[in-house]
Amino acid sequence: MGFWDIITSIIPSAIAYTMPLLMGALGGLYSERSGVTNLCIEGLMLFGVFSSAATIVKLQAIPGFSFTLAVIIGIGVAMLSSMLLSVLHGIAAINLRANQVISGTAINMLSTAITLFLAQTITGSGNITIVRGVLRADIPLLSSIPVIGPLFFHNTYWTTWICLLIWGASWFLLYKTSFGLRLRACGEHPSAVASAGVNVHKMRYIGVLASGLLSGLGGACILVTYAGEYNAGSGINGLGFLAIAALIFGQWKPLGILGSTFFFGLCMTIANMGKVFPVFQSIPAGYLGMFPYVATLIALIFSSRRSAAPLASGEPF
Amino acid sequence: MKKKIALLEERKASPLLVSLSAVVLGIAAGCVFILLIGKNPFSGFEKILFGALSNTRRIGNTIGMSTQLILIGLSVAFAFKTGLFNIGASGQMLIGGITGSILAFYIPMSVPRPLYLLIIIIASMLTGAFWGFISGFLKAKFNVHEVVSTIMLNWIAYWIVYDFIPRFIIDPTISVKSKPIETMHTLRAEWLSKLTGSFSINYGIFIAIIMCIVIWFILEKTTLGFSLKAVGSNKFCAEYAGIKVERSIMISMAIAGALSSLAGLTYYCGYSTIMEMGKMPGEGYDGIAVALLGNCSPCGVFFAALFFGILKMGKGSLAATGIPTEIADTIIATIIYFTATNVILAKFWNSRFHTSFEKKMSYLSAAMAKHGDSTPPGKLTEAAQKAYIKEGRMILKAKKEAE
Repeated sequence: MGFWDIITSIIPSAIAYTMPLLMGALGGLYSERSGVTNLCIEGLMLFGVFSSAATIVKLQAIPGFSFTLAVIIGIGVAMLSSMLLSVLHGIAAINLRANQVISGTAINMLSTAITLFLAQTITGSGNITIVRGVLRADIPLLSSIPVIGPLFFHNTYWTTWICLLIWGASWFLLYKTSFGLRLRACGEHPSAVASAGVNVHKMRYIGVLASGLLSGLGGACILVTYAGEYNAGSGINGLGFLAIAALIFGQWKPLGILGSTFFFGLCMTIANMGKVFPVFQSIPAGYLGMFPYVATLIALIFSSRRSAAPLASGEPF
Repeated sequence: MKKKIALLEERKASPLLVSLSAVVLGIAAGCVFILLIGKNPFSGFEKILFGALSNTRRIGNTIGMSTQLILIGLSVAFAFKTGLFNIGASGQMLIGGITGSILAFYIPMSVPRPLYLLIIIIASMLTGAFWGFISGFLKAKFNVHEVVSTIMLNWIAYWIVYDFIPRFIIDPTISVKSKPIETMHTLRAEWLSKLTGSFSINYGIFIAIIMCIVIWFILEKTTLGFSLKAVGSNKFCAEYAGIKVERSIMISMAIAGALSSLAGLTYYCGYSTIMEMGKMPGEGYDGIAVALLGNCSPCGVFFAALFFGILKMGKGSLAATGIPTEIADTIIATIIYFTATNVILAKFWNSRFHTSFEKKMSYLSAAMAKHGDSTPPGKLTEAAQKAYIKEGRMILKAKKEAE
């Protein structure tokens, strides 16, 4: 197996791993930029995985129901239900001036417990496996471009393109519109924004709800692309926290988080592809498994010192 | 010393009252969930109590479960007091557990038991302290948020255990678990098992109680504790006062790590005797609930841990009622949410106390006006105040009825 073959199989898989992380980190970006520390990305993403799994399983069980339509509805349900869960964080952080770190942790635990609870009542075993997720497809024309084609346009999920589209739209919204300026200002200097007549609470709610919406999408992406099941035992293995780490590593900037999430996606691919490639077979599974987390810690060491965190993030207003 | 609340003074919500309200709300949320799936909540809670406390064996198991919750709760509470949020208790538990388990197999049986116990306790505290120290070091030197770094360290510990079990202590018949530790090399005590009939209860409970006292002593009676708390309440102020903030953060995380690691030791080498590959202990997160509910004081942590121990042990008996056992975790998570938003609970109780206080004052003034008594209410004896309030209530009631 040549070097080029390894690259062409690693990159598409890394992109698949990147997208949920990117959505989680982008959700965190909205929330933190508006001034609410959001450590419940993990819980929100898990809720997305669960609610899309439950919806898709129920819909795909109906005879004659289109599988693709079921997936689309599942993704929509995941986004909405995660957004509803994020309202809880919004109430605690914005209205009740609670400690946002604790509230986020409570929501992570709540999400784990509720999804397990509901999964047990739905299936009995606690695991929900969907029949079919999103099928990989080549992009016509683009996939026949040499070098770039096989890397980026061959065997892609359509959800990847939606995520990238949302990422681009978010960049435009946050940096090129007056709304985005206000939202970012709420995270830096809320009293200045308030004196300009902007409702800070409303902007922060928008930030938190956006994080719920996007994390839900990220969770649904995990399910319909590479996971295929909601697993009660392992949940999403701290992926939500990787997204937060990516947000810090990406210095709270859209382009930064695209780069950092791709880096983590690559690490996760290496961790999971160990069994496939002979190059990695001599390395014990434990070392490969911890690789993304060690890489994250090292990345954090280099990026946290000169932190560009929004000034007022975590401060109640 | 507790101050007695005078009759003519407005009460303020105490942390205990707020915690109890959070518990009540958590249980209420649990009831709602049980009702939602069409089951009877009362039989559910009855089963939980039955499963946790109905005989000495069950009580022994509950104490065994509470042991590690006390230690993890202490760990989280200690970090909290010093302004750090330790959610890496799960990983620290794994590190303590794997240290104890490996030593249990490699220390020869000829080593006297007291010495052996001392060795594994100290060894696991040291490795756990190191594990906690890493996040403290990263926080102090590189400004890495401790929540993110401890989560990463949790998963690194998870994979270390995944690697170490097959390398050192694998059970060849079940290849995903470690060999059970010989009873002589666990923390279990024969007299405790005989007394209760339970094998889960172990010397860990005494370690936990000792640690409660030690942590209380460190926090309340030593300069180290004072400087750690100073860093927790205001970093910049502490730095100005000459306290070494970076060093405090590292010490605090190391102590928190050592406590969680002890919890892991009591869990894997006492409560249970095996370690499983690919299993993250959920107790690390329950410790957060214990610490918050116990208002981060060692005594509060002790009782909160007993309460959660009952919930977690009793949930096993729920199977017969058809209620998923995860209801206990849902209740725990809800309780944390309400303790996090304790402002609203305190506000609720304070406004309650305020209205009742105003009512009391109106009774008092009505009765005093009737008697033409013009001494200031503060000067009256308590018995006279009580009598006036009683009389005033009657007067106002009669007035209302007349209207």
